[in-house]
Amino acid sequence: MTDQQNSGPAASAPVVGLVLVSHSARLAEGAAELARQLGGEAPVEPAGGLPEGGLGTSIELIEQAVRAADRGAGVVILADLGSAVLTVKLLLDDAADLPGPVVLADAPLVEGAVSAAVAAASGADLDAVRAAAEEARDFRKL
Amino acid sequence: MTTSPAAPALDTAFFTAWITRAAAAIEADRVRLTELDAAIGDGDHGTNLDRGFAGVMRVLDTTSPRTPATVLSLTGTTLISKVGGASGPLYGTAFRRAGSALGDTPETDLPGLAAALDAALAAIRKLGAARDGDKTMVDALAPAVAALNDAASKATPLLDALSAMVDAARAGAEATIPMQASKGRASYLGPRSIGHEDPGAASTVVILTALLDAAIAAASDGHSAASGGPTDGREEPSGD
Repeated sequence: MTDQQNSGPAASAPVVGLVLVSHSARLAEGAAELARQLGGEAPVEPAGGLPEGGLGTSIELIEQAVRAADRGAGVVILADLGSAVLTVKLLLDDAADLPGPVVLADAPLVEGAVSAAVAAASGADLDAVRAAAEEARDFRKL
Repeated sequence: MTTSPAAPALDTAFFTAWITRAAAAIEADRVRLTELDAAIGDGDHGTNLDRGFAGVMRVLDTTSPRTPATVLSLTGTTLISKVGGASGPLYGTAFRRAGSALGDTPETDLPGLAAALDAALAAIRKLGAARDGDKTMVDALAPAVAALNDAASKATPLLDALSAMVDAARAGAEATIPMQASKGRASYLGPRSIGHEDPGAASTVVILTALLDAAIAAASDGHSAASGGPTDGREEPSGD
């Protein structure tokens, strides 16, 4: 899995980006690390915690992550709980200055991120990537 | 007609005074709000709101907003940016929508204020998807806004209307004590959330009380709605 592969087949069509929002910077980064490892070439950006450190949700960090994840095919956001979800909803309400279509998936953070990253890397469009994230809710473990 | 103190002008200075009082009251109540939140939430409500309102004061001190709407919009945007917890987007969108409802007017009146708080409530309901009885800030704000609109429709004097609003908010917040939470972190506690006042409802009371206090202070300063300009400060000739 090298970043250089982006210059290969990816040149054909832009890939959907992912943003993972958590109260915890380490949780968001860890989930992003896992999704990148399993998902291949899809851009996955973490947006966790507060800019000055500590647990919480930052609309600025989320917006920055959306811009970083955008490759021209839209961005799917996954969030953990409470203020993370509310802050994303608020950002999308005032989405005038966001790049391209951005949607929030109603999905579990870790499983949804992996599922969405795999779908995005395979070239799925925005709706299909969101659907992949949301289907992860039904993954049984036992 | 009325013998109550002169109604204060609901202008930019008034809205700035409201937010300034709210910031001071949140700071003074920071520990109480955080303790309420520690009982059923994640124990950061007072700290988060205090950080948010401290940021609001820095912004208001440096920008000199020109309309009531700008005061509320800056307040909302800063709370969204600085609070970090669920109350940030909720109060943030509430203040911003209230500001939008006021439009560009340099001064509003009781019906205008009531309509603005109506818009704030609608924004919180939409974003948080909380219903009445879910043990949230809605349980304080909804009866408060209803009381204010009721008073406005009856042309109640401003201070009486705001007092009724605060009374309704207090009663609403107290009514959250026996409720079981079904939104937010407290909902994970299930029945164990019963017996505690909702911290969001409590902070709503603080913010609305600051609104009443700002009006009382402005009225006693003789900051009158009747004054048409800076030098026209005399009350209308009084017959009594």
